[in-house]
Amino acid sequence: MTALVNCRNVEKSFTKGKQTVEVLAGINLSIEEGDFLALMGPSGSGKTTLLNLIGGLDHPTGGEIEVNGKNLNALSSKALARWRSENIGFIFQFYNLLPVLTAQRNVELPLLLTKLTRGQRKKNAATALEIVGLADRGKHKPGELSGGQQQRVAIARALVADPKLLVCDEPTGDLDRDTADEILDLLQTLNAEHGKTIVVVTHDPKAADHARHTLYMDKGKLAEAVSM
Amino acid sequence: MSTFSLIWANLFRNPTRTSLTVLSVVVAFMLFMLLRAIAAAFAGGVDLAGVDRLVVSGKYSAIDSLPISHVRQIQAIEGVDLATHQHWFGGIYQDPRKFFPKHPVPPETYFEVFDELIIEPDVLARFAATRVGALATVSLAERFGWKPGDIIPILGDIWVKEDGSRLWEFELVGTYAYPPERSGGDEFLLQYEYFTESVIDHGKDAVGWITVRVSDTDRANEIAGTIDKLFENSADATRTATEDQFRRQFAAQLGDMGFITTMILTAVFFTIVLLTANTMTQALRERIPELAVLKTLGFTDSAVSLLVLGEALMLCLIGGVVGVILALFLEPGLNAQAVAFIGNFEMTPLTITSAIGLSVLVGLIVGAVPAVTAKRLTIVDALRQR
Ligand SMILES: Nc1ncnc2c1ncn2[C@@H]1O[C@H](COP(=O)(O)OP(=O)(O)OP(=O)(O)O)[C@@H](O)[C@H]1O
Ligand SMILES: [Mg+2]
Repeated sequence: MTALVNCRNVEKSFTKGKQTVEVLAGINLSIEEGDFLALMGPSGSGKTTLLNLIGGLDHPTGGEIEVNGKNLNALSSKALARWRSENIGFIFQFYNLLPVLTAQRNVELPLLLTKLTRGQRKKNAATALEIVGLADRGKHKPGELSGGQQQRVAIARALVADPKLLVCDEPTGDLDRDTADEILDLLQTLNAEHGKTIVVVTHDPKAADHARHTLYMDKGKLAEAVSM
Repeated sequence: MSTFSLIWANLFRNPTRTSLTVLSVVVAFMLFMLLRAIAAAFAGGVDLAGVDRLVVSGKYSAIDSLPISHVRQIQAIEGVDLATHQHWFGGIYQDPRKFFPKHPVPPETYFEVFDELIIEPDVLARFAATRVGALATVSLAERFGWKPGDIIPILGDIWVKEDGSRLWEFELVGTYAYPPERSGGDEFLLQYEYFTESVIDHGKDAVGWITVRVSDTDRANEIAGTIDKLFENSADATRTATEDQFRRQFAAQLGDMGFITTMILTAVFFTIVLLTANTMTQALRERIPELAVLKTLGFTDSAVSLLVLGEALMLCLIGGVVGVILALFLEPGLNAQAVAFIGNFEMTPLTITSAIGLSVLVGLIVGAVPAVTAKRLTIVDALRQR
C-alpha cells in the first residue's frame, strides 16, 4: 500500500494580535490508502486543526502536506477548493446540512461543481443516499430527519463525488450510543467495501474499535499508538 | 438542482422575512415610479416643444385671461405667422374624479398651429361645422367608451351659461391624437365660438392664453419682445414665452410642492434601501456556518460570494418588477388627476426600464456587504463559531 496522506514536520500556529498560539508542533504522519484511522486526544490538543490541514481547509504555517500525490502547500485557495471537491469528503459533528434543501439536494450539492448533467447528478445523489440506507428520505428536509439520519445524509454528501479520503470530525459526538454505533458501522462498511480511506477525530473510545489504527494527540504532538 | 434553485431555495429560508423585504422593495419602487412620473411631468415636453411657437399669457399669472382682441392684434404683428388660442373650461363630467382638461379653441387655427396633432380632415371639418361639436383625444374617448355622435354633458363649475344654466352639452364629432413620441394624455376640445356666445357675460370675449407660430425661429425673442411691448401699458399686460417656459412658469406654482414631494420620496426610497441592506446583512450572519460548508465542499470564495449577491439581486429584482407593475396599475388614476396641471403625468418605457435597472443596482448595493463578507469568510474560523 502507498501512503495517501503524508505530513512532514507540519506546524500550525494561530496569531491573534501579538499573541501566537502554537497548536501543531511538527507533526509527522503518513496514512496508507485504505486505512481507517482514529485520532483521539484531549480537547484543545489540535485534532481538528490537523484534520482541517489534511482536508485542505487551511494552510500549515510550517512543513509539508501531501495528499493523493499532491502537495497542498503549492495550491492557491481557489485551486484548493477545486481539489477538495474532487478528493475529500467532509463529515462534521453537527452534520452541517443546508436546512433549505431536501436531503436529495443536499447530497447533490457537491456535484454542482462537476460537469455532470442534471440527470447524472440526480442519479448519483440517489445512489449515495441508497448506500447510507436513506433511499426513501430524499424528499425530506434536514429538519424533518433525526440526528442519525441527518448524519447519514451528510455521509452521502461526502461520498457522492467519490473521493478517496473521508475526514470526519467527531461524527458521533452529537448522537446517542446506538445511533453512534450505526454511524460507525456505516463508516466501517465504507472503508471495507468501498475502499474509502477514513480519518476520524473522536472522543468516543468505541470508535477505536471500528478503526484499523488509533493515534493519540496531546499538546500538538502525536503520541505512539497504545493498543488497548 | 441548479445554482438558480439553490439561490431560490435560500429565499424561502425565512418566508416572512423574505416577504417583508420584498414588500419594502416593492414600496420603494412604486415610490420611484411616482417620483419619475412627477419629475417627468414637471419637465414635460421640454425636448418636443416647437421652438417656432410662443405662448402669450397674462403677465402676472398664467391663469389670468386675456381679451380676444389681443389675438387679432398679435396676428397683425410682423413676423407672426399664425396665432391661435385656448381657454380654461374646468367643468365636471359625471363625477369630479373623472377629471380631464377641456379647452375652448378655434378649430380653424388651432390645428394649424399645432400641426403635429393627428386628425382626419373630415373630422376637423365636422368640428368646424358643428356649433356644439367637440373633439376628444383617442385615449379619452377610449377611457369613457365615447363614439362620434355621443352627447357629452359637462357641468360648468367656472363657467355658467348666459341663461343661468350650468349644463353644457357637446356632441362628439370625432377624435384626434398626439404623435406617438409625445403622448398628450386625455384632452377635450370644444368650439370657442360656441363657448363665447353661450357663456355668461363676464366670460365673453376672453381667452386663457394665445399660442403664436413665428415665421422665423431666429426672431422668436424679438417677436416675443414686440408682443409684450404692445400690451405693456394696457390693462391686460402679457408675458410671452416659449411653450416650454410657459409650462414651467405654470408648473413653478406647483414646483415647490413638487420639490418637497421629490425630497420626501427620495428620502423614503433610500431609507427603505438601507433597511433592506441591513436586513440582508443580518440575515447573512445566521448563515455563516452554511456558507463555510459550501466552501468546504469546494465552492470557491467567488462562487459563494456570487450566490449571496445573486440572492440580493433576485430579491430586489422581484420587488422592483412587482413595484413597477403596481405603479402601472395606479397610473391611469394619477394621470387623470395631474395632466391638467403639470402636463403629462406618465410612466414611459424609459421610466420602466430605469426602474428595473435601478432595482438591479439596488440589489448590487444591498448585496455588496454580504457578498464581501461571504467572500472573506475563512472556513476554519466560520466552522469554529458553532
Ligand atoms: N482559528 C483559530 N484561531 C485561534 N486559535 C485556534 C484556531 N483554531 C484552533 N485554535 C486553537 O488551537 C487549539 C487546538 O484546537 P482544535 O480545535 O484543533 O482542538 P481539538 O483537539 O479539535 O479540540 P476538541 O476536542 O475540543 O475539538 C485550541 O487551543 C484552539 O483554541
Ligand atoms: Mg475538535
